[in-house]
Amino acid sequence: MSESSCCETKKEFGSEGIQIKPFASRQPDDEVCCGGPAGSPGSPHEKPGYQIARFVEGFMEMDCGPVPKIKTHLSWLDIGGTIMVRLGFNRNHYKVSPGLYGVGSPTPDSPVLVTANYKLSFDAVRKSLSGINAWLLVLDTCGINVWCAAGKGTFGTTELVNRVKSTGLAKIVKHRRLIVPQFGATGIAAHQVKKQCGFTVSWGPVRAADIRDFLNHDMQASAMMRRVTFTLPERLVLIPVEIYISVKPVLWTGLVIFIVSGIGPGIFSFPNAWERGVNGIISLIGGVFAGAFLTPVFLQKLPGKAFSIKGAAAGIMTAFAMALWVWKDMTWFEISGLMLFAVSVSSYLAMNFTGATPFTSPTGVEKEMRKSIPLQLLATIIAAIIWIGGVFI
Amino acid sequence: MKDFRYLDGVTTLVLNEEKCIGCGECETVCPHGVFVLEKKKAVIVDKDGCMECGACALNCPVSAVEVTPGVGCAAYIIQKWIKGRNAAECGCGTGCC
Repeated sequence: MSESSCCETKKEFGSEGIQIKPFASRQPDDEVCCGGPAGSPGSPHEKPGYQIARFVEGFMEMDCGPVPKIKTHLSWLDIGGTIMVRLGFNRNHYKVSPGLYGVGSPTPDSPVLVTANYKLSFDAVRKSLSGINAWLLVLDTCGINVWCAAGKGTFGTTELVNRVKSTGLAKIVKHRRLIVPQFGATGIAAHQVKKQCGFTVSWGPVRAADIRDFLNHDMQASAMMRRVTFTLPERLVLIPVEIYISVKPVLWTGLVIFIVSGIGPGIFSFPNAWERGVNGIISLIGGVFAGAFLTPVFLQKLPGKAFSIKGAAAGIMTAFAMALWVWKDMTWFEISGLMLFAVSVSSYLAMNFTGATPFTSPTGVEKEMRKSIPLQLLATIIAAIIWIGGVFI
Repeated sequence: MKDFRYLDGVTTLVLNEEKCIGCGECETVCPHGVFVLEKKKAVIVDKDGCMECGACALNCPVSAVEVTPGVGCAAYIIQKWIKGRNAAECGCGTGCC
């Protein structure tokens, strides 16, 4: 895979720039048997065992070898892939091959943009580049977005420097400037990149949608482009994944609820496990709804700064709603147990939403967790005791 | 992001103003506007806005900024407590090289 030795025999670019060759189209000169029309002829870039990605529209013949030229509009397949990933499916295997790509008709003077090989990131960047001539250097981040990968160090100085060298970028462009998304600064040290490969890092905007403005304004980002936001749509798209992640623990918890609900004077009762268990499940689902849906939606409106408190508040409201409209025929003693459990679940899940936000500090999250996890556990234990006790009363 | 605030007084961010050469890189990379360049020196203007991502410290050419970087993610911290720092995974992708 390594192409570090490429570009050994080099010639300088001609003034006419780089020639872009479309796929070769051989004319089908003979009749196909069985009378059907011939399929489309193969491209010279096809290789046994490889498949040309659907977002590639052709190849540019460079001295270093062919550079794929990518489309800037997303197909239905891309959009379908985005929806699946946003719902939580295939999220860890949604990637493109790292390396250098061309957008539009790039020349040796065209800007070089750097991104991660998570296909969602790649798609966001190429979509924002329609009508722009640029190079896109994709780093191998194991299919993880720029910010998370920078935090893990995979979107890092070493990978960037190695990728600049292995693609022979210095021979492809005349300038020495890389546009790296600002969120990559957690993993990339600009002064180290300069020292190790001679390229200067220009910090690009936080959002791919601002790339065009950034390029048009002489690579100057406005303060708004530099600041992270967390608007309602930005929070809403995260909710399906939060719920997807909670499915497995919720199923296990559900099983435990049925078992606990069956405990009674006759040691264990299956009719009880079912009848009372359903109410326990409703409490659980209410807690998940409050913690993984209501909390992200009403994040600023909920009281407290700690997410576990915000989640508890959303849980209390949901629990009261359920007590009034769902658990009408039950005793207040039993209802209090169910409510306590819903609040505990909501508080815990809301606390886990910290990881999806762009403003919580690890020191803060750990501090909050040390205080709230014991309380969440205590509330759950008390809820279980009340729930079991309810059968004996 | 002024409408989204997390816990106050927790960040490990420290700026050594004597070391600072006023390059302004911290002001550029910070996604929360924690730093501002005043009279050729970086100044912390919103310390509680810091989320400890570590971009400023990594990009300070003279190591004038220090912070214990990490991700503010409860799921990750739970894994860290159970499995240790090296084996911990957060929900943002597990398939790694």
